[in-house]
Amino acid sequence: MKILVPVKRVLDYNVKVRVKADQSGVDLSNVKMSMNPFDEIAVEEATRLKEKGVVTEIVAVSIGPAQARDTIVTALTIGADRGILIQTDQDVEPLAVAKLLKAVIEQEKPDLVIMGKQAIDGDNNATGQMLAALTGWPQATFASKVVIEGTEALVTREVDGGLQTVGVQLPAVITTDLRLNEPRYASLPNIMKAKKKPLDVKAVADYGVDVAPRLKVVKVAEPPKRGAGKKVADAAELVADLKAAGVL
Amino acid sequence: MAVLVIADHDGSALRDSTHKTVTAAQALSGEIDVLVYGEGVDGVAGQAAKIAGVRKVLVSQSAALKQDLAEDVSTLIAGLAGSYDTVAVPASSSGKNVAPRVAALLDVSLISDVLQVVDGSTFVRPIYAGNALETVQTSEAKKVLTVRPTAFKPAGEGGSAAIEAVAAPAAFGKSRFVSEEKVKSDRPELGSARVVVSGGRALGSAEEFNAVLDPLADRLGAAVGASRAAVDAGYAPNDYQVGQTGKVVAPDIYIAIGISGAIQHLAGMKDSKVIVAINKDPEAPIFGVADFGLVEDYKTAVPALMKALG
Ligand SMILES: Cc1cc2nc3c(=O)[nH]c(=O)nc-3n(C[C@H](O)[C@H](O)[C@H](O)COP(=O)(O)OP(=O)(O)OC[C@H]3O[C@@H](n4cnc5c(N)ncnc54)[C@H](O)[C@@H]3O)c2cc1C
Ligand SMILES: Nc1ncnc2c1ncn2[C@@H]1O[C@H](COP(=O)(O)O)[C@@H](O)[C@H]1O
Repeated sequence: MKILVPVKRVLDYNVKVRVKADQSGVDLSNVKMSMNPFDEIAVEEATRLKEKGVVTEIVAVSIGPAQARDTIVTALTIGADRGILIQTDQDVEPLAVAKLLKAVIEQEKPDLVIMGKQAIDGDNNATGQMLAALTGWPQATFASKVVIEGTEALVTREVDGGLQTVGVQLPAVITTDLRLNEPRYASLPNIMKAKKKPLDVKAVADYGVDVAPRLKVVKVAEPPKRGAGKKVADAAELVADLKAAGVL
Repeated sequence: MAVLVIADHDGSALRDSTHKTVTAAQALSGEIDVLVYGEGVDGVAGQAAKIAGVRKVLVSQSAALKQDLAEDVSTLIAGLAGSYDTVAVPASSSGKNVAPRVAALLDVSLISDVLQVVDGSTFVRPIYAGNALETVQTSEAKKVLTVRPTAFKPAGEGGSAAIEAVAAPAAFGKSRFVSEEKVKSDRPELGSARVVVSGGRALGSAEEFNAVLDPLADRLGAAVGASRAAVDAGYAPNDYQVGQTGKVVAPDIYIAIGISGAIQHLAGMKDSKVIVAINKDPEAPIFGVADFGLVEDYKTAVPALMKALG
């Protein structure tokens, strides 16, 4: 069985976000970039399935600038076997990412796609569901547990109010939630091995997909600032203040 | 042109996120229909018909729709979308599961987590865990939105819309519902509670979490929330998680107990009216957004708070 894992290069989750003064976007110059945390979980899950003998090959795909090669290498370090970088300097929207991934699927014919539920830059939470729609495959989003049984994936999903388990026929798209697993740390031997694994660089044009943006970003602004209030001496003062504020 | 609002309900009662999504829709059009899907949901449809400003309620019923299987639900919605300019879905876990699939079936973008409708084609949404607000404009023929309920006031009651049945789509067949484990609680729902008390890693165990938070929540009629650290450690169920990847809440009072205030947590609660933080570390980032901060061990602060509340 073959798994495709799409991985995105994003601003590291620990980095403080700075909105550009001209409101054209978020400042990404000279800041640490990393693999989207949910995608790391996806690569880890695919690797565990491989270690269990369920999966034979893991292909990591990233759509992004030349530096997204590093993101693919991270995936190869965790356990992916091969990488495909579809190189572009353009910001590709979820629908176009899904179309590119569909084109990759047509060539690679994986049995399963495991990807992040959301990229922590745009916070869209869209691409996996869109890919499932375009391929006509079933989807299991926000996964906290994945079990492969024959031609079906049994997926426990994190939903409002608790957990839901669904069974999806393969091929299918699964998107990861944070509790699915804890990704391993990169070991030195694995970093060395990753550097020798194959990594193909492609262009958007190779797939014949129109990636022109559909949405126009009018501006990116800072949210209203919420300043620190007062420190209260004790619980009694807190209750008095809450009453004075009219909320209690 | 008209807007189709997808109802959020628990099988017997409509959630107020539906009313809030109707309010967002009102900024787009005067012609608003609501779709209620499920099985045995005639009562829910009746409730939707009473929302002020709703023109028509569509009801579609089948077993797959009751189980909320995304494939079937999105086929239903995409099939109805022809008569609408916009499909607006509350940003619940169910809405987030379904709306992007609908958008892709219609070959349009998804505009997720809408916070504000600027005009018929321009919307404000959070990016980077709410650390930036993006204003996006679409020129697509159809719009598919998820609406963040906490950003809108609920539409009132007093409507008397017509109710119309629509056929359920043929079953998709490649996915099936296996089981669910819902957390039972008599407390208000986290997303719409007036008061939320949340616990973090500091609580140390599930027993302590419940022993500290339950009485306070009972006293305040509050919903209980948690940080991711508390959920991961098993102190609280997963659907208590507040934050970028959990629930977004905006109650009148949010009380964070033993929570440091990581940006991912703040993303889920910083629009609360009044934020209270109880933390023994005066440098904890949560104090940077708290209206009232109490630097004290929760072990003494919470009992004292109970006493002061009387
Ligand atoms: C992609 C991603 C998404 C995430 N999404 C979320 C999310 O949605 N929600 C979320 O919450 N987190 C999320 N996180 C995790 C987040 O970064 C933090 O790790 C988490 O919020 C920390 O939880 P905490 O504040 O309970 O724990 P800690 O950061 O460990 O804080 C515990 C606090 O308790 C205080 N304390 C300790 N003992 C006491 C005592 N006796 N009395 C009073 N105070 C005490 C300490 O001073 C400290 O400030 C996400 C992380 C990533 C990478
Ligand atoms: N440019 C990209 N390259 C590779 N994978 C992507 C890209 N954008 C999104 N994805 C995948 O889609 C998931 C959801 O992203 P989003 O819909 O943008 O929140 C991510 O976690 C990735 O797995």
